[in-house]
Amino acid sequence: MALVLAPELPVEDWLDALDAQIERSPSFFDGRPVVLDLAALPIEQPNVAGLLHTLHDRGIRIIGTEGAHPSWQGLEPWAPLHANSTRPARPIDVPDEPRQISPNDLTSLVIDQPVRSGQSVVFEKGDVSIIGSVASGAEVIAGGSIHIYGTLRGRAIAGLTGNHHARIFCRRMEAELLAIDGVYQTADDMNAALRGKPAQAWLAGEAMMLATLD
Amino acid sequence: MATVVVVTSGKGGVGKTTSTAALGAALAQQDQNVVVVDFDVGLRNLDLVMGAERRVVFDLINVVQGDAKLPQALIRDKRIDTLSLLPASQTRDKDALTAEGVTRVIDELRDRFDWIICDSPAGIERGATLAMRHADTAVVVTNPEVSSVRDSDRIIGMLDAKTARAEKGERIEKHLLLTRYDGARASRGEMLKTEDVLEILSIPLLGIIPESEEVLRASNLGAPVTIGTPNSPAAKAYFDAARRLRGETLVVKVPPQRRSIMSRLFGRRAVA
Repeated sequence: MALVLAPELPVEDWLDALDAQIERSPSFFDGRPVVLDLAALPIEQPNVAGLLHTLHDRGIRIIGTEGAHPSWQGLEPWAPLHANSTRPARPIDVPDEPRQISPNDLTSLVIDQPVRSGQSVVFEKGDVSIIGSVASGAEVIAGGSIHIYGTLRGRAIAGLTGNHHARIFCRRMEAELLAIDGVYQTADDMNAALRGKPAQAWLAGEAMMLATLD
Repeated sequence: MATVVVVTSGKGGVGKTTSTAALGAALAQQDQNVVVVDFDVGLRNLDLVMGAERRVVFDLINVVQGDAKLPQALIRDKRIDTLSLLPASQTRDKDALTAEGVTRVIDELRDRFDWIICDSPAGIERGATLAMRHADTAVVVTNPEVSSVRDSDRIIGMLDAKTARAEKGERIEKHLLLTRYDGARASRGEMLKTEDVLEILSIPLLGIIPESEEVLRASNLGAPVTIGTPNSPAAKAYFDAARRLRGETLVVKVPPQRRSIMSRLFGRRAVA
């Protein structure tokens, strides 16, 4: 799915409004493909290539154009989309609240209290550090590695988004279940000698390795 | 300034009601103005343990729904006149409790008493969340058993998330009350050690109550152990716990292991 931007005349005013929108929601266009609908511009509009570069400078990723007149120059990098492949959906709501750096933009999460039974900490964007213990019946799920400065009695699930190199570290290993990138091990499968010791877990191929930290 | 205390545990049968009655009576015996409130709607027991079951006319649900005024439903204890009971309804269920009604009743109780001690039902559903809703302090009753400890951990998590204080970004004070502690079983390694329970739950210890005949007998006679047998070890442990709730710092005593005459005679087997 792509966003459609439809510039209107006068182009300067339209750009100002666009800038105001980007100011309010800086990451709105992040990573979103955009199709430029040029149908509202008059045929004699000379500087379409300039407009495209202006948008590109604002970090807007144009993947194609629509409604361009065949006589216009400078559109070669952005070929018109095949007419059958495009079907506009309803206009989408643009978020209006200013977006500060939210926890969503961070790549690590620190929790400075114990994770209690029944609680679930899910953080897909990176590493999770817990200062405290993770109780039996609690779970920590991270896109990256998991660091527990306490006893791990519940579940730790690392490398959620396909990160094969993620690891799980804890000060005391009493885990019910460990998983890294989909490879899991339950308490029964773990080396009993590691119970109660500071330990780490990592993947070697499809095997989960466990070792003490000292 | 009134303090609302919730006595909670998650698991059933660990001693919430017994502890509510004993702590409430102990505080009242220390000249505090106390009300104990039964939130276990449909399975009310606190009236029995308090010995007031034949004096119940109106109950918490009547007050919550506006059918009775608070003073009509409060039952004053015959032995200690600073102790009152607000009983639950036995014929209704927890759905009869409304959030607004509970808020109103607690606010009204705050004007009348120093301590409002809420006896939570077991579980983590509506009754339990409404009982903890307005608490300033929580007494988490736990037996030294793995299942009880895990359920208590779950409840502590909810205390930090679902109470009015937590929602305002304030901390709720949490205390661990270890009940049904059996010194003999603990020494044989059949129960979790106190240190292990404290390490898992990581909240301060309010007291250790020994498993004892006196506690069971007191419940059945309708006299909280702190009234019925005030010199028993269990009653003393509750009196100390009440003083700690009031902010005193006392060393927690681990109940001594009581040994039968036979085990004293044949305590250790000779090494072959």
